[in-house]
Amino acid sequence: MQRLALAAALALAAGAAPGENAARGEQLYARCAACHALQYDRVGPRHCGLLGRRAGSVPGFEYSAAMKQSGILWTARTLDRFLAAPLEVVPGTTMTYAGIADAKERADMIAYLRKATANSPHCRT
Amino acid sequence: MSSFFAIADPNAARRLFLGRSGLLLSGAAVALLAGRDVLAAKSNDAAAGDVRILNSALGAELEAIAAYQVGAESGLLQKPVLALAVQFQGHHKEHADLLAATVRKLGGKPVAAKSKYSFPVEGLKAQADVLRFAAHLEQGAVSAYLGAVPLFGNRDLSKAAASILGDEAMHWAILRNALGENPVPVAFVS
Repeated sequence: MQRLALAAALALAAGAAPGENAARGEQLYARCAACHALQYDRVGPRHCGLLGRRAGSVPGFEYSAAMKQSGILWTARTLDRFLAAPLEVVPGTTMTYAGIADAKERADMIAYLRKATANSPHCRT
Repeated sequence: MSSFFAIADPNAARRLFLGRSGLLLSGAAVALLAGRDVLAAKSNDAAAGDVRILNSALGAELEAIAAYQVGAESGLLQKPVLALAVQFQGHHKEHADLLAATVRKLGGKPVAAKSKYSFPVEGLKAQADVLRFAAHLEQGAVSAYLGAVPLFGNRDLSKAAASILGDEAMHWAILRNALGENPVPVAFVS
């Protein structure tokens, strides 16, 4: 029991909740590589600082009106909903991607983003 | 028929490639550009949605062209890898031209290339770094097109996007192979 509690504590310290796999999430994040990077804007905005950020708020990035007006605050919960069906959550977004249907894949990717955007050297500068 | 890889001059190789690829891609081009009649019967919302998808793809293609330019000018690529990079860049130019033409045909305004792109050039120190960077972008492109295919209101556009997806997947596989990795590690892309 103590071991389980320790494992859970270590997972949380690394930015992943129990059951989430940030390493797998990093592999899944490769799907985003046509448009996104952690540290700089591309076709899509940068992901450093994503969690806790207001949607449509990266300075200098040209968002769709739909995203700017969405009123979304990016948390694990709102990101999960958006990644499941981007165009249903924000109709008119330029993130024209069908979404990630698998809840576990979304959870792992969000765990990776939480970890990478908190600990990446690129995000600390 | 002369081999692409046997041509020492990359420009000559590119001309040869483009001459041939025009024939190879004509089927997809026809499918992409023939969709207007079908689309005319659909709602304006559906047409606007298709234009948005095409423009997102166009933006990514324009960035890929710029990325390959960075790779080609890095001085890190040796023959025949340099010729390969130029060939792949040519594919992306063809994709971009076709996507832009289709956006216009559907009454939209194609996005333009940015005046400046950010790339992780500080990490490009050897040929393998450039190949890995390109492979990463191509993998992302495969996923992006896969995520776009089911969204089009016009199924002709889905077919054309799937055709481009196949091309990106070939790029990804060849780049993995050039890196000494298993070119096709899985049965399904995602």
